[in-house]
Amino acid sequence: MDFDLSEEQRLLQDSVTRLLNDRYAFTTRRLYSREPEGWSKDVWHQFAEMGLLGLPFDESVGGMGATGVETMLVMEAMGKVAILEPFMASIVLGGTALKYGGNAAQKSAILPGVADGSVKLAFAHGERQARHDLTDVLTTAKKDGTNWVLEGAKSVILHGDCADKLIVSARTSGERDDEAGITLFIVDAGTEGLARRGYKLHDSTPAAEISFSSVRVPDSAVLGTVGGGLPIIQRVMEAGIAATAAEAVGAMETLHDMTVEYLKTRVQFGKPIGQNQVLQHKAAEMLVELEQGRSMAMLAAVTVDEEDAAERERLMSQVKVHTGRAATFVAKTAVQLHGGIGMTEELAIGTYFRRIMVIEQLFGDTAHHLAKLSRQVG
Amino acid sequence: MDLKLTPEEQAFRTEVRSFIRENLPKETRERLRLGYSASKPQIVEWLKILNAKGGWSVPGWPKEWGGPGWTVVQKMIFTEEVYMAPAPEPLSFNSTMIGPVLMQFGTEKQKRHFLPRAANMDDWWCQGFSEPGAGSDLASLKTAAKQVGENYIVNGQKIWTSTAHVADWCFCLVRTNPNAAKRQEGISFLLIDMRTPGIEVRPIITMDGSHHVNEVFFTDVKVPVENRIYEENKGWDVAKFLLGNERTGIARLGKSRERVGRAVELAREVRLGGKPMIEDERFRERVALLEVDLKALEITQLRVVARTGARKDGKPDPGSSVLKIKGSEIYQGATELAKDVAGPLAMPIWAKELSALSNEPEMTPEWAAPLAPTYLMSRAASIYGGSNEIQKNILSKAVMGF
Repeated sequence: MDFDLSEEQRLLQDSVTRLLNDRYAFTTRRLYSREPEGWSKDVWHQFAEMGLLGLPFDESVGGMGATGVETMLVMEAMGKVAILEPFMASIVLGGTALKYGGNAAQKSAILPGVADGSVKLAFAHGERQARHDLTDVLTTAKKDGTNWVLEGAKSVILHGDCADKLIVSARTSGERDDEAGITLFIVDAGTEGLARRGYKLHDSTPAAEISFSSVRVPDSAVLGTVGGGLPIIQRVMEAGIAATAAEAVGAMETLHDMTVEYLKTRVQFGKPIGQNQVLQHKAAEMLVELEQGRSMAMLAAVTVDEEDAAERERLMSQVKVHTGRAATFVAKTAVQLHGGIGMTEELAIGTYFRRIMVIEQLFGDTAHHLAKLSRQVG
Repeated sequence: MDLKLTPEEQAFRTEVRSFIRENLPKETRERLRLGYSASKPQIVEWLKILNAKGGWSVPGWPKEWGGPGWTVVQKMIFTEEVYMAPAPEPLSFNSTMIGPVLMQFGTEKQKRHFLPRAANMDDWWCQGFSEPGAGSDLASLKTAAKQVGENYIVNGQKIWTSTAHVADWCFCLVRTNPNAAKRQEGISFLLIDMRTPGIEVRPIITMDGSHHVNEVFFTDVKVPVENRIYEENKGWDVAKFLLGNERTGIARLGKSRERVGRAVELAREVRLGGKPMIEDERFRERVALLEVDLKALEITQLRVVARTGARKDGKPDPGSSVLKIKGSEIYQGATELAKDVAGPLAMPIWAKELSALSNEPEMTPEWAAPLAPTYLMSRAASIYGGSNEIQKNILSKAVMGF
């Protein structure tokens, strides 16, 4: 048992934090969100220069060969400033899909570009009717000679508007909700018949609705095995859960810091409101949830590469349930303790509140994972 | 970063588990499994067995004083295994309170006399801190000790004194200088033999119907000056050390797990809506949520324990407050869950003695009887040991700087 960071990990944490402190003041974030992509290409290049975009990839494809712990450190730092860039979509989700599904040729063709920032990935799995059910896939792919033809639509795809390549799930056999018969495809965003409608989520992160009308891709676009996509999708969800757990810790830290600062400076009835014990105790409760959340983010970071699939899946559901409950509590309390100013667009509190609201709906919400855990009781 | 136990620590867990399985008297285990407390003779018998094993009755003590000299991780594993068994836990008054206090502040003579007896349960200690007017605000205590010749003469009253009715000795905070500039500066730490004339122990029956705690009255009680720990009027330093001393098990992880496990076990037998309660969605969800919180608490405990090993300043870790707050809430959730499984069967007061006399069948099954009392008593978990509100004060001051 060892909670210490290695020297390299500490350096990574320091340099990411320093970069984001320099480049991601809340007012600057607002400017980034107004850029054409809805995020900063400049910051993205800096991530690439630091090697962050190749963090989890093998060194042979231009990566740093890092573990879940490094991803945790980076995501926590990014969560503190609520970044808008497609790190989660491209590196965590897309990268994980390639890591567990990609063959050598696919990895060496795609990952170097992802690592240098020139290629952005998105993970296009969710569908409008599916809510959080991973097996509810209605998009189809039919074999036509040596090609596959995709029909259907994907919904709320993170950074799906700007991605160069989409990893798309489609049913190649079986019925809706069947576990078998789902296949992943790597699809160039420019392929004929693929249409995208971009928009922003409530926290200003970009997403897209994507439709597929007779989209033809070659057999070499299949990621993993035909019909065997679900275990890869599950790994991607788990990587997403681990990343959002860490991101939520960062967001909770900012919310807690801002709230404590506000309680110490806001004067009412002739004294700082933080002199009221009732408010101190609320802030203490936020801290308790933050610390428990940090524990769960650490657990997720060391579990994400665990071999035992059933145990991994169970722990990740526990992590997501905890993240949802803890972060939502912290966010609600932060708004409450700020009072009216906490409700405004002007203050960052609302942005973090919205980010946490979005996180709750990513990779299965609390109810989804709690139901999953409940089924295993006893 | 690595959250796994080392192979040596895994092996240690196995060793502890099998030792407990092979040596814990069956009747004691059964009593605890059902949810009853062990009796004093059962506790003493078991702790003597642990002590004979190499000081396992005092898991935090160094070898020098008859303890096992374990690491903080080993201590944590041992505590979890004891709770999970379930077996009686080491008596905290002896093991984590007076023992470390003697080692830190005691004279050579005091150490040599009291430490081996505490380890072997030859003395059962209790704690005389709280008074009617001094609960969370401990420094306002009034029980007075006046030196007359070779003795202190003690007058006053203590309250909430757990196990005073079975204890041999009491470590007490008393006021030796009522005129000190600061309240904290007039307090001394005395060891009092409970057989001394002038001590009266009156039971306080808690809402679970049991006798755990007492009022203790001191009327002209003679305490030899040599039974004072550390300097006169410096007792507050000793108390601070004692209260801040790392207390393994503050998170009650193993105890809560054992209770959740018991609730699940019972839910297989109990029917709800025409099927076993274990199949009930709402019940399963409550269990799942407790397990989520227990998992987070487990990692938080590991983090605090890892830091304890590294901390050299001897100051309490604010993480302990997180463990106390969450640990007590989860424990209360677990005992409530077990009570709810039994439902109405948990409501009658179990009067085994009466049933035995009258030869009538018992009012309620034995498995259901202790669940309500355990739940009722669990409400104290967020009050004693520094109430959860005091813990939030600690976090407010120590971490947030209010």
